[in-house]
Amino acid sequence: MHSFWIIFKQAFMTKARTKSFIITTIIVAAAFFLLANLPNIIESFQREEDQVLHVIDESGELVAQLQTQLEQSESDIQAMPTDMSEEELQQGITEGTIESYLVMEEENTLSARYVSESANDIGAGAEVENAVQAIQTAMAAERLGLTGAEVGELFMPADFERQAVSASSKTEEELSQARGLVYVLILLIYVAVIYYPNMIAMEVANEKSSRVMEILISSVSPVKHMFAKIAGIGTLGIVQMMIFGIAGYFAFKTSGSDMAEGFFSVMGFSEIKISTFLFAILFFLLGYFLYAVLAALLGSLVSRTEDVQQLMLPMMFLIIISSFIAFSGIGMPEASYVTISSFIPFFAPLVMFLRVGMLDIPLWEPLLSIAIMLATIGVLGWFGARVYRGGVLMYGSSQSLKDIGKAIRLGNKK
Amino acid sequence: MALSVEHATRKFGDFTAVDDLSLRVEEGEMHGFLGANGSGKTTTFRMILGLLDPTHGQITWNGKPITYESSPIIGYLPEERGLYPKMKVEDQLIYLAQLRKMSKADAKRETAAWLERFEVPHYAGKKVEELSKGNQQKIQLIASLVHKPSLIILDEPFSGLDPVNVGMLKSAILDVQKQGATIVFSSHRMDHVEELCDDMSILDHGKVVVGGSIREVKRNFGKQNVRLKMDQDLVSLSGLPGVEKYKGTIDGALLQISDESTAQSILEEAMKLGQLRHFSIEEPSLEEIFIAKVGKAYA
Repeated sequence: MHSFWIIFKQAFMTKARTKSFIITTIIVAAAFFLLANLPNIIESFQREEDQVLHVIDESGELVAQLQTQLEQSESDIQAMPTDMSEEELQQGITEGTIESYLVMEEENTLSARYVSESANDIGAGAEVENAVQAIQTAMAAERLGLTGAEVGELFMPADFERQAVSASSKTEEELSQARGLVYVLILLIYVAVIYYPNMIAMEVANEKSSRVMEILISSVSPVKHMFAKIAGIGTLGIVQMMIFGIAGYFAFKTSGSDMAEGFFSVMGFSEIKISTFLFAILFFLLGYFLYAVLAALLGSLVSRTEDVQQLMLPMMFLIIISSFIAFSGIGMPEASYVTISSFIPFFAPLVMFLRVGMLDIPLWEPLLSIAIMLATIGVLGWFGARVYRGGVLMYGSSQSLKDIGKAIRLGNKK
Repeated sequence: MALSVEHATRKFGDFTAVDDLSLRVEEGEMHGFLGANGSGKTTTFRMILGLLDPTHGQITWNGKPITYESSPIIGYLPEERGLYPKMKVEDQLIYLAQLRKMSKADAKRETAAWLERFEVPHYAGKKVEELSKGNQQKIQLIASLVHKPSLIILDEPFSGLDPVNVGMLKSAILDVQKQGATIVFSSHRMDHVEELCDDMSILDHGKVVVGGSIREVKRNFGKQNVRLKMDQDLVSLSGLPGVEKYKGTIDGALLQISDESTAQSILEEAMKLGQLRHFSIEEPSLEEIFIAKVGKAYA
């Protein structure tokens, strides 16, 4: 056990200390903060510009009402009456001294024309439109003699709810919350089962190509070496994912922007579903071990690090196919191909997690899938250890999956 | 206390890399392996280390098979040098020693002592890839000795080194032997084997063609050399009965004989030819034995 920890620590520390690891971690964590604060940042840029709306208003009363409405909707736009003619204002827009102007007329109904440089400036236009609409409503209500409460009643939204009959499906509200969360977590698992097993294959190939492997496996059994390495890199992965998780959580919590709130409610983070997270961690670990053993096996077959990617290709296909199934399954988690592939070991980490996250399936289904995965990891570990034992001693030019047989024969006991 | 290889055979498919090899190295002895490329030296070493299992036969150290349990007492210098290129020398040596179950504090102390001995203490903080090949080799040797092993396998320890460094490494290996370690090593330099070893084996196609103590091997070879130094043409000596080979040298000739009595007749014949400046009977060199037994020069 002693040497297991030595290798474990070494695999963890040397990777954790590499510049690329530190930089990747910082960049991703920083990206979370940037993403969370994006609305604030955009706002702060926009606020610098003078949001003055020039209003041609012949009655002279509407400008004040408009300003009140805009203030109520917390808009940054300042409505100002102007003495300039329309030609002068248009001239100003072309020259860039004026952003936009509004022509308001009141006859029976209120009519307004919003003019800006391009139609792209929809945001501001919409705010103004809402304000004008509110004035119109207020005026109409006044004409009809309605009270404020009556106006409120008039605009009361209907109660609309969706309900699904299928027992396993969740309510629409739950589903939309789950969808965002599951989407993000599947993406994380997907990235993790590509990134970390790749790291292992590279490490193993590196040790082989630098020929330090022969010393290592003359000191420690190749099987112990392989599993210590997988555990070390796996722990590194968990630590990195935790850093991302914590950074992401704090980024959105602290930003306090509307988008962050919206994000939390859509993603379902506001009422964090513990079970979904636990399953995510579980399926991350299972998926990682499954692919890590496969990657170590493949990495042990090559003599040069350049050949790693080529040999990893079949494994990458497996992961990519399972991601296709999982991402398409978000829209239709009850499709039969999703159900079937959630019990196929190499697809299960992503697809079964999708089903657990999106549906209320009976517990035996994920447990069965987990058992299948554990059994596969066991078989693959036993098989991988045999290949690894011979593979690490094998040096040659041809690198293909055919070498697996050669490696087993080389490492054979008899 | 001995390393014992009994009838070890290793096959790779149809190819027999090592064929019924038996060997015994007593504790504290140094055993030299000679053999052309592909003669089975590395496979034999890998079997001793337990990296490969013999197809037949068994290998024991002190009567017990060598497993990973024996890891702390074994030191190994592979033919293909291998170190982490981007790891610092000191960290690397400590890590490898720890894998052999040495404590970190001991590993640190021993590493420093060895670096000092090889006159490279200033490389402790350098990455291996920054060192010259010769210095990398010193580090590699330290890696195989630092944990104080009692059975040391050195595959071509001196290849690619300058004479000064060869001397330094040789004396280090001799010191370790004096402290009681059993050493098996291969070299393509016969003079190194001749100088360092008590016993030796010549391998050819997986078989030991000559083995035993060097003195005995030479005696049993049954052939000796007669070296003559004189100015006259000595070709006529090659016709004498008992002379097996004749080779002219700059200042005389070298004759191979199989019977010491032949030397007497050579001497008498040579003195008739003229002034003899030098006459000596020499032991055969390992090189000659190797060529005679393997049938080709050592690559």
